[in-house]
Amino acid sequence: MKAKHQRLVLICIALVGLVAAGLIAAYALRDQASYFYTPGDIAEKGVEPGQAIRLGGMVQKGSVRKQADGVTIDFIVEDGKGTVPVRFTGITPDLFVEGSGVVAEGRMDKAGFFVADNLLAKHDENYVPREMRDMTKADVKKLGGTVQQP
Amino acid sequence: MIAEIALAILWLAAALAVLQLGLGSYALTARGAEFLRAVRPIAVVQGLLVATAFALLIVLFLRTDLSVKLVAANSHSLKPLIYKIAGAWGNHEGSMLLWVTVMGLAGGFVALLERRLNERTMVATLAGQAFVSLGFYAFMLFSSNPFERLNPAPVEGNGLNPLLQDPGLAFHPPTLYIGYVGLSIAFSFAVGALITRDVGPAFARAMRPWVMGAWIFLTLGITAGSWWAYYELGWGGWWFWDPVENASLMPWLAATALLHSVSVLATRGALKAWTVMLAVVAFSMSMVGTFLVRSGILTSVHAFAVDPERGSFILTLLAIYIGGALALFGLRASTVTEGARFHLFSREGSLVMNNVLLVGILGIVLMGTLYPLVTEAFGTKVSVGPPYFNPVSAIFVFPMLVIMAAGPLMRWRQDNGRKLANLLAVPALVAAATLALAVVFAGDIGVLPLLGLVFAAGLAVASLLPLWKRNLRRTPAHIWGMVIAHFGIAVALAGMASESAFNTERLVASEIGQSHTVGPWTIELQGVRPIAGANWTALEARLVARYGDSNVQTVLNPQARMFASPPTATSEAALLTRWNGQLYAVLGEEGDDGRWQLRLWWKPFVPLIWYGGLLIGLGGVLSLVGRTARDLRRKGEPELEPTSEPAAPRPASGGQEALA
Repeated sequence: MKAKHQRLVLICIALVGLVAAGLIAAYALRDQASYFYTPGDIAEKGVEPGQAIRLGGMVQKGSVRKQADGVTIDFIVEDGKGTVPVRFTGITPDLFVEGSGVVAEGRMDKAGFFVADNLLAKHDENYVPREMRDMTKADVKKLGGTVQQP
Repeated sequence: MIAEIALAILWLAAALAVLQLGLGSYALTARGAEFLRAVRPIAVVQGLLVATAFALLIVLFLRTDLSVKLVAANSHSLKPLIYKIAGAWGNHEGSMLLWVTVMGLAGGFVALLERRLNERTMVATLAGQAFVSLGFYAFMLFSSNPFERLNPAPVEGNGLNPLLQDPGLAFHPPTLYIGYVGLSIAFSFAVGALITRDVGPAFARAMRPWVMGAWIFLTLGITAGSWWAYYELGWGGWWFWDPVENASLMPWLAATALLHSVSVLATRGALKAWTVMLAVVAFSMSMVGTFLVRSGILTSVHAFAVDPERGSFILTLLAIYIGGALALFGLRASTVTEGARFHLFSREGSLVMNNVLLVGILGIVLMGTLYPLVTEAFGTKVSVGPPYFNPVSAIFVFPMLVIMAAGPLMRWRQDNGRKLANLLAVPALVAAATLALAVVFAGDIGVLPLLGLVFAAGLAVASLLPLWKRNLRRTPAHIWGMVIAHFGIAVALAGMASESAFNTERLVASEIGQSHTVGPWTIELQGVRPIAGANWTALEARLVARYGDSNVQTVLNPQARMFASPPTATSEAALLTRWNGQLYAVLGEEGDDGRWQLRLWWKPFVPLIWYGGLLIGLGGVLSLVGRTARDLRRKGEPELEPTSEPAAPRPASGGQEALA
């Protein structure tokens, strides 16, 4: 194989590999990225049941109900434009309290319940889930919530 | 006083970096050759000075000097000693100082120890290192001074984030940083060699130990970080594809590729341009990672606007260094001479393929990490997690494992494939047997875990084959290093696959005295009591665990901790390790009916993940030590190292002229 020829082949292999990685990544990102919704978004646009999304809003005061099994809770997330009932089975984060912000990862079921696999609340003094910072500015005050500013 | 002295030392170090850059550049011109000798000592002194400044910061933290803003914000007089020390780098300013310290020390050590490289290339390298350091010196001195005073001094400090109050913290960030920043020296070597048009095997041999060293630290740092997240967060997971984790994985992927291509360049004189490119990419990934973590752009795009100075400063540095290096590469790539030729079906060919696949994985991780930032700029908020990263990176990981199995068994230049096919029959059979066993006995465990187990078994056998028919006592250390590192990948992969395939989980609300089963374990909750530590109080459960029919009882004590300063609650998981896996218990909250929430996992073979990581690091250490020892032995025989000869007479004359 000639020197130039070999260089060309190597460059081609590298390019094909990288372009393939890029294309696969771009294609998968469109499918697999989970979108952020507020209760208002869901009321307005609706969400396909079963699709993985993140739901963010305030935990409505007085809405948290513990179920008989001791590890499942139901509560309502609101944002002033809509409300969504949420069910979560697991150990709640320490800073999960009524009237505070929460981001839930999970999916809507057919009955209109949001089934959360995971709840994200502030877990240290500097960390706030990305989506919650927006809400702390305008929406929280509107709802009379008490999110601590970072 | 200490803070002022430290700040003065830091300024002095920065001034020396200016000198190192200026004098180094001048020395490379036709008229400046007499200054070539002066650059090494400057680099050594600069490294010592900046290390002193860092040591003084640790002293300030040890004394809990609350008149220093950084100490007041991050420390507390009641903190245990080890966390007072760790507090020095567990924050933005301190970690930036650690960054320049590692850069300075890396430059200093290279100046002190590396004697094989052409002196002009060495000076260009040190000048490059100083140039990169200067950006970070400026960043610190102008925008995040770690020694800033606070007047009046507060009575008590804020304390350190309790999640970080863990032995893991004392070890993990500095290890990662040494790895991250150690790659800067590879970057500088590449820039230096491009400037003096000296890209060749000698340059690769000089660069290799430094790349290897940085890579070892990165490997151990990532392993430790994963272990820390596993037991400290209490979520039972070991890798979350969190952007901060990705920020450490990306430089590791690039450094792994670089490590392999630099070996090809050192041994065979091929892949010159590609190696230089990878060195630039590897350190770029370190800086991208630092930018993502430090700017706060990750936690929120709005935090970026809240503190624009910090983020845009790093972004500017990023643009200057990466842009500059790429421009230099573009200008000089055509002058990089053609490397030795090889057939695609050869050891070199397999290393090229692996490099491409590694860089492909790097691209996938990078895109997934940046995607939320890009979409948010267009007003759509998304998050990218395991459903993207796991399957998409697997598309590249599994072919890479096949090449990893075959590559070390192939000949350089060209392989005819006959011997290879015979050798690979063994691991292929083992993999097939694993597949059959898993399908028959394990049931439905998912495609990726199944593939993981099969490939791990095959690779474990294949990675040992380079030792086949060798005299083990005469096998060089770097061969052992490669074998152990590749075997470590198989071990870690087996742990990962086993964790996701065979993990069992129980979530219960338990009365005192009630028993629960998870996997082969029976666990009884005997009680919950309050206890107190140095700067926290906690509720501690007493769990008694029995394995299978055994009568041996083991006590587990998961805690829910409340830290006083800053007020934070954390969950301390309790772990019980057996040879075949780990029991993981987390205590939740008490219900109104007096029942306690418990989360229990049985994770078969999960510790293999971190044992694998350690093996990979150990392989690196063996290879580094073995190669260095061999180089030192050869130094005694000057005829083998003709390049070291002409350098010897120069010191006398050069030194005198510089003095005159």
